[in-house]
Amino acid sequence: MSTPKLPAMALALGLGSGAALAAGPNLGIPLEPADIAAWDISIQPDGTGLPIGGGTPAQGARIFAQKCALCHGENGKGGVFAALVGGAPLSGGIDTPKTIANFWGYPTTVFDFIRRAMPWQQPRSLTDNEVYALTAFILAQNKLIGEDDSMNAETLPKVRMPNRDGFIIRFPDKI
Amino acid sequence: MEPKDRAKEELERLEAVAGNGLLGRRAFLRGGAAFTAAVTGYTLARSAGAAPLTDDPWSLVPGAISPPYEQRSRFEGKVVRTLSNPKGETRTSHARTPHQLINGTFTPNGLHFTIVHSGTPDIDPDKHRLVIHGLVKRPLAFTLDALARYPMVSRMTFVECGGNSAPMFSKEPIQASVQALHGLASCAEWTGVPLSTLLEETGIDPKAKWLVAEGADSLALSRSVPLTKALDDAMIALYQNGERLMPGNGYPMRLLLPGWEGNMNVKFLRRLKLVEAPAMSYYETRTYSQLLPGGKAYRFYFLQEVKSFITHPSPGLALKGPGYYEISGIAYSGNGRISKVMVSADGGQSWAQAALQAPVLSKAFTRFRMPWRWDGGPAVLQSRAWDEAGNVQPTRAQFVAQRGETHKVPNVLAFPNQHYNSLTSWAIDGKGEVKHVYA
Ligand code: HEC
Repeated sequence: MSTPKLPAMALALGLGSGAALAAGPNLGIPLEPADIAAWDISIQPDGTGLPIGGGTPAQGARIFAQKCALCHGENGKGGVFAALVGGAPLSGGIDTPKTIANFWGYPTTVFDFIRRAMPWQQPRSLTDNEVYALTAFILAQNKLIGEDDSMNAETLPKVRMPNRDGFIIRFPDKI
Repeated sequence: MEPKDRAKEELERLEAVAGNGLLGRRAFLRGGAAFTAAVTGYTLARSAGAAPLTDDPWSLVPGAISPPYEQRSRFEGKVVRTLSNPKGETRTSHARTPHQLINGTFTPNGLHFTIVHSGTPDIDPDKHRLVIHGLVKRPLAFTLDALARYPMVSRMTFVECGGNSAPMFSKEPIQASVQALHGLASCAEWTGVPLSTLLEETGIDPKAKWLVAEGADSLALSRSVPLTKALDDAMIALYQNGERLMPGNGYPMRLLLPGWEGNMNVKFLRRLKLVEAPAMSYYETRTYSQLLPGGKAYRFYFLQEVKSFITHPSPGLALKGPGYYEISGIAYSGNGRISKVMVSADGGQSWAQAALQAPVLSKAFTRFRMPWRWDGGPAVLQSRAWDEAGNVQPTRAQFVAQRGETHKVPNVLAFPNQHYNSLTSWAIDGKGEVKHVYA
């Protein structure tokens, strides 16, 4: 992911180009969708925002060994930091460690978090294909997809997470 | 009977407002010499240890030069935050507010709690941008210079981590200071631009129901916020207690959502995307979703509910002999103003209403105070708060019945669960030592 380039042109155009708008100062700089693309890494659970590309568990395994195992342990079994594979039943107590397999509701969150935040010391250094491959590897290790299933914008949102329906909205009236 | 004892007895009869020495506040104002003698042990006899007063050395020489930015007295060096990750390992860092060492209602900027999940970024304010896009009519970017020209508002508000007080989920009381137990909450005056002003300029597509806020930190931390909150009292905060935000609090700008879970008050804010449905981000669907007994979990807790705890006395602040003390602490609610705080000195058998320090502001720390004469015997101090919406802090029994507790005693730095808002109890023993207990 490259450093976002906000439009030099819009900056040069100067302030207040939103004529006849709200009564306020109108000092925002208008943007075109293309200007925002590099920053817009948001993904929705229905798959909206997922980039083109894809990857398989086997591809992910190689990247994982290189870039992730040092913190998350060999094959994600847990090391200095969280295990990405396995997980105890949630009925075991209110402090049961939450894992991808026992807790996470949506597969898109796995892709999104790896893409925006991992590896921890070098975030947004992976290509989208690499993120898909790592996501596929982790889901396959957890037996949530098959060993040969490729993950892409079509297949990923369809993966059913075991705890998908395990949540209660705390204050529905606040939404 | 000594006259002093008689005065004491009289006072106990007239002015006690609850068991074990809780006193009416008016007693203190009205009582005069007899009251003072009774509660403090002062008599008119000259104190044995007093030496004649003389000038100290610092009173006899001119003092130091005024620095451009004032520093605390060198004697105050122990008043600091405690750090969960002092060596900067590759993980989250927490810095906790020392509630037991400060007083009043707002937190000095250097002592405001912070949590950063991947260190504090070093942001050049001239290059920082806030982008608002998605389901808007006009996507816009705002520079800090531009925002500085918008109409601003100031408000006192607390920020509390959803994981504050997490050690209270332990099945046995963990012996720790109020800083270790409740130090992930602080209160400041925040100044900035109402988010609604900026959304008026971008325009809102009627399909938009949420916005996804994202920081410029290395994790690009992101949280989904209902649009109703964004249009209610959300602010793009630029100033903290009058000066620009501290780096750890989101310099140069953060999303401020008064009364809502700290993590949602996204720091280093660089992007707000209006969307139809929540993103189900890592921090909202994993980290800040709370596991319940039985295995279901809460999602979108959002509110920091009504809560209070006593800061003085508290563990580490031992009582120095029987006599008068002020019990004081902090109460707050994400639902509005604090309406009442009750205090007990006998573990909840009897309660008296504490005085609330004015002004009592919505979604801000409220300091409560209660005069107390410690007779030197065992006592268990507790506070319980109510808010203007009618919510009350649950008792521990009520809370545990709903939310559960751990099977083992966790590490004090661990987060076994979140959103604890039940009572905190301090037991005082015959020596004046203060211990954390469940009562
Ligand atoms: C330097 C250590 C480090 C490295 C290397 C690293 N991570 Fe992480 N990872 C972390 C930490 C720390 C967290 C917890 C982040 C938090 O909670 O704020 C985390 C969290 C995660 C999570 C969420 C786990 C959970 O259940 O909460 C996933 C998924 C993840 N990392 C994937 C990866 C992948 C894939 C890689 C390799 C590309 C990687 N990580 C490399 C430190 C690391």
